[in-house]
Amino acid sequence: MILSQFIFVPLLAAFLIVLFARKKENVAAIIALAACAWILIVAVIGFLKLPAHGGLILENTSGWKIPYTIALVLDNLSSFMLIVVSLIGFLSAFYSVQYLNHFNGKWNFFALFMLMMTGMNGVILTGDFFNLFVFMEISLYSAYALVAFGTESEELEAAFKYALMGAITSTMILFGIGILYSYTSTLTMADVGLQLSHSGTPKLLFLVYGLFIAGFGLKTALVPFHAWLPDAHPSAPAPISAMLSGVLIKTLGVYAIVRIFFNVFGAPTVVLQILMLLAILSIVIGGFLSIVQWDFKRLLGFSSISQIGYVVLGFALGTPLGILGGILHLFYHAIFKSLLFMDSGAVEYATDTRDLRQLGGLSKEMKVTSSTTMVGTLSIAGIPPFNGFFSKLIIIIACIQAGRVVLGIIAALVSIVTLAYFLKVQKHAFYGKKGSAKVLEKVPLAMKAVMIVLAALCLLSSLIMIPPIREKYISPIVDTVRGKTSYIQNIEPYFDTGSIK
Amino acid sequence: MQNNFPNEGMSVIVKTITRFTVWLIFLYGLYIVIHGHLSPGGGFAGGVIVALSYVHLTLAYGKNFVLDRINKFAMNSLEAIAAILIVLTGIVGLWLVGRFLANFLGIGTLYTLLSAGYIPILNIFICVKVGMGLYLVFYYLASFKPQEG
Amino acid sequence: MILYIMCFFLFLVGIYGAITKRDLIKIILAIGIMGYSVNLFLVLLAYRSGALIPILVEGLNIPPNMMVDPIPQALVLTSIVIELGITALMAALAIRIYQKYDTFDITKIRRLQG
Repeated sequence: MILSQFIFVPLLAAFLIVLFARKKENVAAIIALAACAWILIVAVIGFLKLPAHGGLILENTSGWKIPYTIALVLDNLSSFMLIVVSLIGFLSAFYSVQYLNHFNGKWNFFALFMLMMTGMNGVILTGDFFNLFVFMEISLYSAYALVAFGTESEELEAAFKYALMGAITSTMILFGIGILYSYTSTLTMADVGLQLSHSGTPKLLFLVYGLFIAGFGLKTALVPFHAWLPDAHPSAPAPISAMLSGVLIKTLGVYAIVRIFFNVFGAPTVVLQILMLLAILSIVIGGFLSIVQWDFKRLLGFSSISQIGYVVLGFALGTPLGILGGILHLFYHAIFKSLLFMDSGAVEYATDTRDLRQLGGLSKEMKVTSSTTMVGTLSIAGIPPFNGFFSKLIIIIACIQAGRVVLGIIAALVSIVTLAYFLKVQKHAFYGKKGSAKVLEKVPLAMKAVMIVLAALCLLSSLIMIPPIREKYISPIVDTVRGKTSYIQNIEPYFDTGSIK
Repeated sequence: MQNNFPNEGMSVIVKTITRFTVWLIFLYGLYIVIHGHLSPGGGFAGGVIVALSYVHLTLAYGKNFVLDRINKFAMNSLEAIAAILIVLTGIVGLWLVGRFLANFLGIGTLYTLLSAGYIPILNIFICVKVGMGLYLVFYYLASFKPQEG
Repeated sequence: MILYIMCFFLFLVGIYGAITKRDLIKIILAIGIMGYSVNLFLVLLAYRSGALIPILVEGLNIPPNMMVDPIPQALVLTSIVIELGITALMAALAIRIYQKYDTFDITKIRRLQG
């Protein structure tokens, strides 16, 4: 199992597109799709082969041993995240092939898209603090550029806002990494965790916690740091909105928070409490702000803030059940939010507007789009056979089990609010009386196919809840997140024991 | 070399001095790259200096003069080729040694020019990538007009 | 210790500039100041009193314990590259915004609300 291929295959694809596909747009799409499919297949193989390797595959790049090199680590959690990223990435790339008929510069789009995939795969796989920062910046740069891809006034403004906030918080993260390095003289995550476990908790570490919560909290769009998301996500082209909302905020935000605070710092109580507070604020404020939106994609953006709050709430509870709920909701939200963003993209493609006041009565003319939106709505609102129900139920039960009854009740109530604002979408866009916007163009086949696949996944992925499957595939991930020392202990045998220091 | 745009750029004094200095800057950049494994510097620093020599030329003579001599498409392609070659160097290491970006050449003797395995090769690729990339960034930023169209 | 605190102070100056200034170019410069403060912090971490360069030089045998820490210097180089990228990208965005709105004043660039 070669882990570095998750990084160099998309990187190579990006530059091959720049080199060969500047004039031929179909070549760009083919290269990008091939690279995405390759990563998806390898990610699935890695997930299936992982138990045979004892739950950890480690690759030292450049042949040195750990303190002197950057290690790529594939454990249960990162393998799971790789599948989520590559699945949504492949479907988004497939969707963009025909969606981009309305844009210029397809090769540009696909090159940036592949760089974004490189960055996200790198963030997931790396076992090194500074490397995490570098890969995070790679994917964020591509995200800034892709948000501004349409080069309209709003898009440029949103991209500048996103770039400004992203740059400030990235600098904060770098500052935190510097403080950690000054304390432990190492950048490898497992080594930092090991040194800190020997030395207790120095006061300086609380500054690092603060910097990291602000830094990764902005990437996650938790509430005090959420201002960029409702601008940036709607401004991007629809497949990129699906990528940003579906996986980018989870990879750079939730995954990084979980990996750093749970596996390296050992889930300190004060951080969990802060995260819980931020999560519940996100759930409530994101939910209520969605109701008043009239822009279809802006509504989805606020809904992302609310839903990411559920994910973080699940993790922040710190109990096995809460973490299970967080992991499942992360996966399910990636599926149904990408589906909903792609539906909004299809509506925009067909009618050239996404203002709910102008839309209406589209269900007769756009059957596939309206029915897949219905599936997405039912999933996100948590109606029983669909996947969103199970993850939300688990999070709410976990809240009550952990003695946080108020949080559970709030989470349950906001779930009803979620249903309310998606029913608003249904009423104003697909049912109700006919609006002023007309269907100008048919939705192409590839876009329909992706939407149908995602809608099917909304139903099929609830099969994970069947106990034998859950025990086999999801429980090891929960153990990886919870095991405060197991991550360090697993990696420790790979350390260089020679004394070059 | 014929200058087709004599009225662009700065004054005659600057242009004459530039004719002497630009080669020095370019060669200094190459020196930094080639000795990157022996002395301070390396691919990135050298690449920046190489790019600065082009920037120097552009500032003194105007950008049309530079575009007359260098093809923008070629610069873009060269940048992509350099990036691909960096990745391929990593893959060769993976193929020959078994680790991504592993050293697949002999280390050589210390303090000589041909030593340090694959680091000089990577330095040269990085120099091309950074030099071309940085100059293109400068070029595109400089060619924006205040008004659209 | 006072140097580290001054670094953090410079960092705060950068944040202050990024938050309070209204001009897009000044905001970009403030981001640059934040980046420089972190770079300075990293270089200061590597300092060891009386130590020399972390490079093997012919005829000058510096023992490893008399070299400054090379890792933060490598980090600073990488972070300079990253800052170069963000500065170029933000400058490009600022120019495009200027083309659309004919101003650099962020109080006048408010087509998005929220």
